[in-house]
Amino acid sequence: MMQAVLAITAVIFSLAAGGAIIRIARGPSLLDRVLAADVLLAILGGALCIDMAVNRHLNNLMLVVAISVIGFIGSVTVARFVADRREQPHEP
Amino acid sequence: MSPNVANPDVSGVDGWIDLVSAVFMVVGALMSLGAAIGLLRFPDLLSRMHAATKPQVLGLFLLLASIGLQMRTWWVWPVLLVAWIFQLLTVPVSAHMVGRAGYRTKHLHRELLTSDELEAVVLKAAGQKAAVQKAAAKAAQEDGSGDGSTR
Repeated sequence: MMQAVLAITAVIFSLAAGGAIIRIARGPSLLDRVLAADVLLAILGGALCIDMAVNRHLNNLMLVVAISVIGFIGSVTVARFVADRREQPHEP
Repeated sequence: MSPNVANPDVSGVDGWIDLVSAVFMVVGALMSLGAAIGLLRFPDLLSRMHAATKPQVLGLFLLLASIGLQMRTWWVWPVLLVAWIFQLLTVPVSAHMVGRAGYRTKHLHRELLTSDELEAVVLKAAGQKAAVQKAAAKAAQEDGSGDGSTR
């Protein structure tokens, strides 16, 4: 049963990662790309969790903890320094 | 891997734990797929942020719970809890920053918003800024005219 679950989740995660990568490639703004990269990181962490659960080892557990602790720094940094180079249509 | 894992006895407790963790894994993976579909189909940044939180919170919870169920040891649960709590603490920070930057750079469809609580704050701050600038300009003008009369 576990091998069937592994195959099913591998297909699902592949489709999800493909969708996130498509959004990274054609996202209209920088923030869309950052958000899609965050989702891709979450998908990677989920795939590590599936690998640990199916094969019953804990080799990647510290990596998952580290991802959950410091994974937000990239998007926070990009969002802090993103600038608007267009005209301001809603300024009063 | 022991043969007991490959062909579990579904009638026993082990089989039920395997079944529950398998359901958790498939549902947790479907959360990621839902996030990807939401990223591809939703129209603007704020609604895409709504979809992006699914694998980060509920998906990670389900997958960590499936690890805990599969390992069948007690000491692994505190580590999994730490991972999930840190995820709960850090995801709102990045979502706040991304949402704030998205609002400031106007990457949102205003006609889709049902309420905009930040707009009143922004207008108030802009009004205060304009008032301060007007007062400063007036003071500078008076200062200049005063200089002119004494000279």
